[in-house]
Amino acid sequence: MKANIKELTKGIFKENPTFIIMLGMCPTLAVTTQLVNAIGMGAGVLFVLLFSNIFISLLKNVIPNSVRIPCYVVVIASFVTIVQMVFHAYLPSIYEALGVYLPLIVVNCIILGRAEAFANKNTVLDSAFDAIGMGIGFTLALSLIAIIRESFGAGTITFFAIGGWDGIIKVPFFNKWPIRVMTLAAGALLLMGYLKAFFNWNTERKARKAEEVKA
Amino acid sequence: MRIIAILLTYVFINNFILVKFLGLCPFIGVSKNSESAVGMGLAVTFVTGTASVVCWCIYHGLLEPFGLQYLQTIAFILVIAALVQLVEMVLKKMSPSLYKALGIFLPLITTNCAVLGIAIINIDESYNLIESFAAGIAAGIGFTMAIILMSNIREQLELKPVRKSFKGVPIAFISAGIMALAFMAFDNSLLTNLHLA
Repeated sequence: MKANIKELTKGIFKENPTFIIMLGMCPTLAVTTQLVNAIGMGAGVLFVLLFSNIFISLLKNVIPNSVRIPCYVVVIASFVTIVQMVFHAYLPSIYEALGVYLPLIVVNCIILGRAEAFANKNTVLDSAFDAIGMGIGFTLALSLIAIIRESFGAGTITFFAIGGWDGIIKVPFFNKWPIRVMTLAAGALLLMGYLKAFFNWNTERKARKAEEVKA
Repeated sequence: MRIIAILLTYVFINNFILVKFLGLCPFIGVSKNSESAVGMGLAVTFVTGTASVVCWCIYHGLLEPFGLQYLQTIAFILVIAALVQLVEMVLKKMSPSLYKALGIFLPLITTNCAVLGIAIINIDESYNLIESFAAGIAAGIGFTMAIILMSNIREQLELKPVRKSFKGVPIAFISAGIMALAFMAFDNSLLTNLHLA
């Protein structure tokens, strides 16, 4: 059980797919203009990742090595189609907002990367935990970027609408004087650069501290 | 006229990398020197052009008549994977020199969002065959332009003092951000001013 927890948490912090391994950048930057879209994207990726990891792990002895990549792609594409249909039926507003980026989950490097690097070598249970960890790590990273971009760029933080509440939190100051560029493409790239630099600095600092303790 | 509007749209106004974020992974990964950037750009342009045409034919010739539109994602990704393999084999046979230049980039392109992206966008925008081809080529040209610019910037950055935590990927993202700011100058008013919209 302890090993499973380790598989789960490594995706959230130590091997965070977005900030540390830097995979699946395209949707990360494109859909993070609103928090609700980021969560929708994260949930979609988590679902596809979980089921494709489970299936590939189950089929790892059946799939011939030379055609493994096309096989993985077919498995992944099937689950992406399911996600597309579910979103279209039950969350039409998010489906509209995610647009072309929803089918593009197929070519999200995180999913193929986990299939290739983890699911085809490990047991079903480990692969499932790995997928959940990576999925949560991806969702958290997306949410962090979305919160920063939306609160600076539009002065709001948009959740799901629940009951009478429309799900929008207004951020003081920025609501009146938003920094519009943050919600545009340029702001996303700049923010990603600074966040990556911060995580590099953080990793470096931790390594230095570990070194000092050893000395 | 419509063709010119489409070309301008996908090269400048909706530049795949700097506006739509499609194909960001190779953009950051393969932009370290300008030679490989040119190779990657040409390979992507070649594949987006052919994939647009083939996917358009598959959708309108096979999926639509049989009411199988929901298989779009699966069909397109398989077609693209097969197409990339085919292009690789044809190039190897017909033009070994071109294969040598593009060879290592071709397998990477299957998982490039730009290729699947343009195939889906062509269907969503209900372009006809020629317009799809134009959009595919234009998307590839936009990609090539961005990646070549980026590789030149990064070659310069190698020589400049950059803080350790900003070295490599972070500074590349920040440079791309500044490039994207410049590209904000191109918007739909460009088409209106040229009487193309």
